[in-house]
Amino acid sequence: MEELRTMKNITKLAILAVGASIFAAPAIAQDPVNIVYIPKNTGNPYFDSLVAGFEDACKEINCTFSQAAPATAEATSQIPFITAQIQRGVDVIAISPNSPDALNQVLDRARSRGILVLAVNGDLVDNESHRDAAVLPVDFTKTGPGQVELLGSMIGYEGEIAILSATTDAPDQNVWIAAMEDSLENNPKYANMSLVATVYGDDEPQKSTTEAEALLQTYPNLRGIISPTTVGVAAAAQVIQSAGKADTVKLTGLGTPNQMRPFIKDGTVEAFQLWSPYNEGWLAAHFAVGVKAGEISNEVGGSFDVPKLGSVTILENNVMNTQPELTTFDSSNIDDFDF
Amino acid sequence: MTDKISTEGLSASQTATGEQPAPKGAAELRPMWQVILIRPEVMTFVLLLIAFAVATQLSPFFADATFILESATFYVEYAIIALVLTLIIIAGEIDLSPAAMMAFSACVFAALFKLGLPIGLAMVASVITGALMGIFNGILVLRFKLPSIIVTIGTLTLYRGLAQVLAGDRSISGFPTWFIGIDWKYWFGVPIPVVLFLIATVVLAVFLAFTVTGRQIYQIGTSPEAARHAGIRVQRIKMGLFVLLGVASSFAGMLTASRLASVRYDMATGGELQMVLMVMLGGTYIFGGRGSIAGTFLAAWLLIVIATGMNVANIQITSQLIVMGFLLIVSIIATNAIYARTQR
Repeated sequence: MEELRTMKNITKLAILAVGASIFAAPAIAQDPVNIVYIPKNTGNPYFDSLVAGFEDACKEINCTFSQAAPATAEATSQIPFITAQIQRGVDVIAISPNSPDALNQVLDRARSRGILVLAVNGDLVDNESHRDAAVLPVDFTKTGPGQVELLGSMIGYEGEIAILSATTDAPDQNVWIAAMEDSLENNPKYANMSLVATVYGDDEPQKSTTEAEALLQTYPNLRGIISPTTVGVAAAAQVIQSAGKADTVKLTGLGTPNQMRPFIKDGTVEAFQLWSPYNEGWLAAHFAVGVKAGEISNEVGGSFDVPKLGSVTILENNVMNTQPELTTFDSSNIDDFDF
Repeated sequence: MTDKISTEGLSASQTATGEQPAPKGAAELRPMWQVILIRPEVMTFVLLLIAFAVATQLSPFFADATFILESATFYVEYAIIALVLTLIIIAGEIDLSPAAMMAFSACVFAALFKLGLPIGLAMVASVITGALMGIFNGILVLRFKLPSIIVTIGTLTLYRGLAQVLAGDRSISGFPTWFIGIDWKYWFGVPIPVVLFLIATVVLAVFLAFTVTGRQIYQIGTSPEAARHAGIRVQRIKMGLFVLLGVASSFAGMLTASRLASVRYDMATGGELQMVLMVMLGGTYIFGGRGSIAGTFLAAWLLIVIATGMNVANIQITSQLIVMGFLLIVSIIATNAIYARTQR
């Protein structure tokens, strides 16, 4: 009995000592910035790379990182996750929004509790006042025209083309598609290219495949497809490969090197574009920690240095880009990338 | 849907608290503790306690009444509908269209408001739309004698399609400030949607347990034939329930519109499964004749506690789905087993 009690006391002391050391450590340094990232949904490899950017940054600078994702990319599915993160008392919520406006109320609530809200990889288009800043990969106004130019160069700037997008209301895709339509209509260089259809695969592999097959069936004269979404472009590449139509129907879009590598290697796809999602996570973490530490001021026109990326400027609407132009991947450079 | 084997015994055990004498064939009265324990709501309640305890262990941020009530606001929109759905399932029917009815009635509300109609009138129009959709479901099921599960799978697609035609791919917003954010407004420290849920629970529980029509709903679900022979207006009561569900869906749609400050055609996509889950978890028998509002009420809180508990503990959604699916299967097996026992 006596021994047991002594044991217990020793244990208590040990626990106290450990506890004290845990509480003592942050007292010396500043508390790490607690960052959470909420991607659109689970099971999307694109976001894994973005998460890796956050994780690597938090190994080097003063932050802790976690993520929470809903099962579907439906407009309101992120709301319970945002509420839970507010309750957990995180310092920063980084989110790739599923809707340009359904999150406004809950994000306002997060900000009213002192949480820094960052839109990452996609913005709250026309609702920018409901987040503090946005980290976008490139200047999205150039994405649409860039894709049209790339496809045009593959098909000699003439023939029927189609677009395979994500969901009908995906904010970024819709901005790009609008810009594509604008270029096709107003730029004389593309006068002989005609957009015959815009279809939506909802970022689901199965639906995207079906839509791509339908395009080939419905438009026998189709010369090219642009799919500005990673799920869609991979599905379309698969369809063109199975149909053996790589010579007649050219495909480009936004895809990840790892998903598209086999199609580049066998010639189904000549080239596609993207940016580095990794850098978005990396930049967002550095920006968040800088703002929370008072080293970066979140003001339009301000700039700050980020390791590996160089100087980053805060543009209009508090938007930051990780790179000036899209990266084009083809057989010459695809092996340099792994994400 | 019909279970003609033991109509007498079923309805009698259902009205155990009522005035009816025990049927002749029944064995001697069970001890009180057994009567209580074999009620399926008790299992739901026990699960709720367990879930609460586990959630409190999982995260230090969970056990906070303000947070739980705040999080409850998104689930009670479905839960209010689930209460009415409980009545429909007890009556031996089912309706899978309420999430789509939410979307279409909310789109009608928002579209009319955008057209310049005073917001009050737009709300009335939304409620009428809900009632009409309920009537349409009711006519197909009752007049044309089609299985309600098939009819409402059809109308869920139809109503969602109408919502998309009406609202397009854009979201409709720009409501006046007083309308926005009902989930942040409080009565007696409780968010208004939760208060409405509590009121609906009490009203429907009293209706089901203590009114003649309420008791008749059980009879209808147990055996529509016998109910008809007993002079119960089966068609009329069922039609009333379908309409009530449409109206409840319209209210839930406006709660969602207020919470999100915007309306889209895809509002509450997939919500019908959560509603059915709440009813099933509450111990309502899928083939009708048995169930209670208290069960659905407890099940709604069970789902709220599980979902918010796991969210706040940052548990991956894949594990969350497994837990939910597992619970549903357990609850269905348990409900069936419990009823099988009481029938002996």
